[in-house]
Amino acid sequence: MTLLETRALTRRFAGITAVDAVDFTLDRGEVRALIGPNGAGKTTLTSLLIGRLAPDAGSVHFGGRDVTRLPAHARVRLGMAYTFQITSVFADLPVSENVALAARRAGRGAHVDETLDRVGLPGRGDTLARDLSYGHQRLLEIAMGLVQAPALLILDEPTQGLAEAEIAGFRTLVREIVPDTTVLLIEHNMAVVMALADRVTVMDRGRVLAEGTPDAIRADAAVQAAYLGTDRC
Amino acid sequence: MRWGLHLGVVAGLLSLNWVLGAYAQGNVARIMVLATYAMGYNVAFGYTGLLSLGHAMFFAAGMYGLGIPMYHFGLPAEAAFVVALGCGAGLGLGVALLALRTIGVGFMIVTLMFAQATYLCILYFAGWTRGDEGFVLPQSARTLFGLPLSDPDIRYLAAWALFSVTLCLTLWLATRPFGRVLVAIRENEDRAALLGYRTWARKVAAVTLSATISAAAGAGYALLFGNTGSTFATVQYSILPLLWVLLGGAGTVIGPLIGTAFMFYLIDWASDVTTAYMALAGAVLVALTLFAPGGIAGWIRSRLWRGLP
Amino acid sequence: MEFGPHLMLALIEGAVMSAVLALMASGLALVFGVMRVVNVAHGEFYMLGAVVAWFVATQVGGGPAVAFVAALVIAPLAVGGFAALIDMTILSRIGYDPERTIVATIGLLYILQQGTLMAFGPDARPVQAPFDARIDLPWVERVDGAWALYWPWGLHVTAYKLFVIAAAVAILTALWLAMRRSRAGLMMRATQWDAETAQAFGVNTGRVQAGVFGLGCGLAALAGVLIVPIQQAHYLMGGEALLSSFIVVIIGGLGSLGGTLVAAIVIGMADGILSVFFSPIVARIVATLAVAMVLVFRPAGLFGTRRA
Repeated sequence: MTLLETRALTRRFAGITAVDAVDFTLDRGEVRALIGPNGAGKTTLTSLLIGRLAPDAGSVHFGGRDVTRLPAHARVRLGMAYTFQITSVFADLPVSENVALAARRAGRGAHVDETLDRVGLPGRGDTLARDLSYGHQRLLEIAMGLVQAPALLILDEPTQGLAEAEIAGFRTLVREIVPDTTVLLIEHNMAVVMALADRVTVMDRGRVLAEGTPDAIRADAAVQAAYLGTDRC
Repeated sequence: MRWGLHLGVVAGLLSLNWVLGAYAQGNVARIMVLATYAMGYNVAFGYTGLLSLGHAMFFAAGMYGLGIPMYHFGLPAEAAFVVALGCGAGLGLGVALLALRTIGVGFMIVTLMFAQATYLCILYFAGWTRGDEGFVLPQSARTLFGLPLSDPDIRYLAAWALFSVTLCLTLWLATRPFGRVLVAIRENEDRAALLGYRTWARKVAAVTLSATISAAAGAGYALLFGNTGSTFATVQYSILPLLWVLLGGAGTVIGPLIGTAFMFYLIDWASDVTTAYMALAGAVLVALTLFAPGGIAGWIRSRLWRGLP
Repeated sequence: MEFGPHLMLALIEGAVMSAVLALMASGLALVFGVMRVVNVAHGEFYMLGAVVAWFVATQVGGGPAVAFVAALVIAPLAVGGFAALIDMTILSRIGYDPERTIVATIGLLYILQQGTLMAFGPDARPVQAPFDARIDLPWVERVDGAWALYWPWGLHVTAYKLFVIAAAVAILTALWLAMRRSRAGLMMRATQWDAETAQAFGVNTGRVQAGVFGLGCGLAALAGVLIVPIQQAHYLMGGEALLSSFIVVIIGGLGSLGGTLVAAIVIGMADGILSVFFSPIVARIVATLAVAMVLVFRPAGLFGTRRA
């Protein structure tokens, strides 16, 4: 069952076509990894999905509904959640208030502490967000997305800066929340991609280069040429 | 605990009515009305992070919104106060819808320009406003629910009522989700929008509320102290609430009162020494930005009591 | 006086206004362009230029011409140097944070303005112009079916006003050339585009910033010196000047010197004409609302480019 769909989605920046007529489909309950070399257009694509950027052409459909004209906050209200590539939390507010702000809007104010436990930040509620380590700030971002119990969770490089144990915890977490939540993640960490993703979409220069199971992608010659190299995994 | 502190302040101010001599009583009444203005400014600046340089136009909207109907049409004070609130809200909404299309420096300049235009209009329509001179509201008209405001006790209690209602309102809002979301918008608007909050609508609401409170203060000032004048619409009256809020602590509920009282007495003292007392205000502003951007209550909040609302 | 000559008079007055306005606004635009800060006290440096010029003129003997030249040299340098000092002690300490800078410069405005009130007094003090020749200007009229020149009574301009226009043009040209061609100009533009990278390349950004701030305020002071023989020196003269500069810089596009120049000409002229033919208050109201609307609907100004 299709949850998210884009048709011929295009976005240009002063002469560069960052996203080039992309047709992208996401099924309910799946974990999809979006990979590709730097500059491939991955973050631009997710920004278009969540509504931070407006497309130059094409459309975005969520839950069967055309959301192309909707601003970001409206899409979030429909059930999308998004974490930033460069950590963006409320640095001068305590951790619990960060999560509470996310939770309240979704009517889930009671789940703050439980969510902090789940992501691996138990008891850190009173700490100011700016006093957390980089990796823990990324966990906080994930918590803010998670607590909303969204239909679609878009994660931009979630494991960057995490220690091995934290990455393992993250993998368990993702396994727990599907299929109620669909997960789209941009990742450079191939081990995580191979272990978590049901399917992988590879982008290069604004286009979808290949799409398939992790093993199929790893074996794909075109993908290897463009991106993977020989000993990345 | 929080309500305790603030209600304590309210009760303390009430009791001062019977403790203070006549001169001090008049001063504290003035401080309370001006602190109301500061609290209005704080909603937009302290909580939502919108630095306006044009709030004098809202204060003036209240002042003339009450004064003109009373002076030219004999409208009773109670009704005129409602008219003044309407003027403040209307102007606030109009300015918000336009000015919030800009951010940061642009917003400051746009609000400054709108305030300048308002000031010039007040001068231009001198037939109604009496321009620089302003007009005096006759004592006979200055009654509230039958009570004469020329009586210093009644006047003090009216000022106290205005202040206390505003204080409790801002405390209530600050602790509710409404206030929390305003803080989130100030801290990281992008993030707040990406959590699903309609940030633009909330900023418009914040500015409109801020304008209405400022207008209430302006109307209160005219009603309680009897005079109006175009000086209250000048840039100086837009800078003063910024100064009071910064000094007292932006984004705290009690800060505006602290800042207003402090500067009132500081300027009072300075104007005995020289006519150039605004130089002192300037020096305080510079010192604040250099050394204490959080103000007095901000300092208390970071060192002593994290939970100060 | 008939319409034609009246209009010409208004245009000349407008041109003088534009010249002075262009100098002031360039200073403001320069500071914003390179350092991204809005100096709300800019008008006070203009006022300081006028006041220091008066002071120098009263101290230096040798006639009005010598006194004026002395003032023209000393005042901008003194005020500019003072401004550089303020930049080094206050503005760089707060890291040129936009909001804090505005608040700090507001404080500075009051300190300078009221300090001048204490030292200089509330009266307006005149300075004599260096030369006083009056030039009568001709206008055309039809006489016996042919165009002929005549000299309407009241249509004249002083040589000094022409000098002001010429001086402004010269200074602005020199400024433009310096920005484009000289090493100092290059360093300024580098700091403007990316201060961190500029520093990595060995540009002493701290000094550049102090220098730019000093130069911007020095330009304002220069405008003050030029205007003081026409108007008088008064401690409150900064307020109007500031508003006018703001209007010019915003409509011209923050950071764009070319746009600032065009806007100065348009606004100086419009102000001159509107004030002569209509009420000056109406002119001001229109101007202030125009600025607000430009910022609301075209935030890059009419000529500026969108900078991140």
